[in-house]
Amino acid sequence: MTTEPILDIQGLCKTYIAKSGGESTIALDAVDLQIRKGEIFALLGPNGAGKTTLIGAVCGLVRPTGGTIRAFGLDMKRDWRKARARIGLVPQELSVDMFEHVLLSVNHSRGLFGLAPDARRIEEILRALSLWDKRHNRISELSGGMKRRVLIAKALAHEPELLFLDEPTAGVDVELRRDMWRMIGELRARGVTIILTTHYIEEAEEMADRVGVINQGKLILVDEKAALMKRLGRTEAKIGLAEPLKAVPPALAAFALQLVDGGNALLYKAKGEDGQDRAIADLVKALVAADVEFKSFDVHQSSLEDIFVDLTERKPA
Amino acid sequence: MNAFMNWRGIWTIYKFELARTWRTLFQSIFTPVLTTSLYFVVFGSAIGGRMSEVGGVPYAAFIIPGLLLLTILAESTANASFGIYLPRFTGTIYELLSAPVGVTETLLGYVGAAVTKSVILAGIILVTARFFVDYTIVHPILAAGFIVLVALAFSLFGFILGCWADGFEKLQVVPMLVLTPLTFLGGTFYSIDMLGEPWRTVALANPVVYLVNGLRWTFYGVADVNIAVAAGLTFAFLALCIGIVALIFRTGWRLRS
Repeated sequence: MTTEPILDIQGLCKTYIAKSGGESTIALDAVDLQIRKGEIFALLGPNGAGKTTLIGAVCGLVRPTGGTIRAFGLDMKRDWRKARARIGLVPQELSVDMFEHVLLSVNHSRGLFGLAPDARRIEEILRALSLWDKRHNRISELSGGMKRRVLIAKALAHEPELLFLDEPTAGVDVELRRDMWRMIGELRARGVTIILTTHYIEEAEEMADRVGVINQGKLILVDEKAALMKRLGRTEAKIGLAEPLKAVPPALAAFALQLVDGGNALLYKAKGEDGQDRAIADLVKALVAADVEFKSFDVHQSSLEDIFVDLTERKPA
Repeated sequence: MNAFMNWRGIWTIYKFELARTWRTLFQSIFTPVLTTSLYFVVFGSAIGGRMSEVGGVPYAAFIIPGLLLLTILAESTANASFGIYLPRFTGTIYELLSAPVGVTETLLGYVGAAVTKSVILAGIILVTARFFVDYTIVHPILAAGFIVLVALAFSLFGFILGCWADGFEKLQVVPMLVLTPLTFLGGTFYSIDMLGEPWRTVALANPVVYLVNGLRWTFYGVADVNIAVAAGLTFAFLALCIGIVALIFRTGWRLRS
């Protein structure tokens, strides 16, 4: 690696000690994670996997029971004031000051993080989130989607270099989700590093540079999204035959083919790099060369979602 | 902001907390004026008619330090406890915890705002009292200092209460069941020397007795108890509260998971 990671997590552990008699829960189990400056990192995992705990540990909401966290090269235990001033957090819950007005609440956030008021910067943020017209509204009067926009505005008020978005699009409408994606794109263009957790895997697929999968407190996989898709993706092709076959023709033995639907269809399955478009093209050519008449050809490429389900449903060793 | 202190953060919390007071300005200011007037009407006139002087001080003037403490104790505790409990309840505490804000900043912000409000209320009560009775404060600087000290100690106490409470009931229960009885029994409206034994000795176990007498001494130079003991106990309570708050932050109790 040429540059120091913007966030460097080593052996991070968090155990929740149960009250009287119950079992302790291991929420984070020796997590190692390095985040590169300027990337968008998507943290995926089922409910209770430890995503929010991981974010909480970096942001100061959770006290780790072991390991070290360094952000911008600063030790979060020692230089937490300096480090936290450069980190922003959009929480999962809609936690807002119901009685406050939008503008005041966002200005308050900037002050808490130690920055002098900057009316122009705040206006920019509010405009980008379509909140400017509502700046004098009480937060309690806003809809759920608008409240989430307020949370984002608050997190951006101190112009963080590292931004955590915990389930930013959970329960928001299509319009806000699109706005959010656009905004994340703009932030990235400005050099902000973004770590997001999401349930919508299409979202990770759409935006993330790298993906991490966490399950039962363990980070089971971290990879470039493209590489991950390539390595773990599957391709399936179902060829509907014009006339039923009794066996896979010998000329097609080189391909992983099975006869299905009582001999009425051929099923092609390939994993990872074998599933390239090229292989499919070759299969079509071979079918034609072998004089196999077919009436349909369905290709299905597994999405990140399939990969994710596959990974997390696998029982831990 | 530097590595040791986020001054703007303190100012931000302080302003935010006081803003809550301005929003409820009418209630914040009218309530103490009304209560003080009521106490003067009921105690000052009704009882004062039968009991003209206590230790050489006119009865109506005698109760002023007690009335002040009654409000300072209740308001300091209520404001500081509500200030920290509300974000815990609504979840907005996440922002405070993730901000470059530590124990010092949080305390100076929340407790500072609660103390400010109590001191303003004390001023309003003193002005209101003036309409009912003529009084002179013997040690005005010490009186002001003592008011700030008590407001500070009970704002810290309120902060602890706000961290401890896990529901609005608990937030109310301590002021209602502990603070108010102790204040009323603490010689607010009478000198404990008026009590027969064993009640006089029992009353000496009530910490509020020392606070009331400490303040009364700064006002009129008379007290039922040793003034050094009163000052010592007030400082001890303050130190205890500071210690507990420091512990809360070190362990993250009820704030961080």
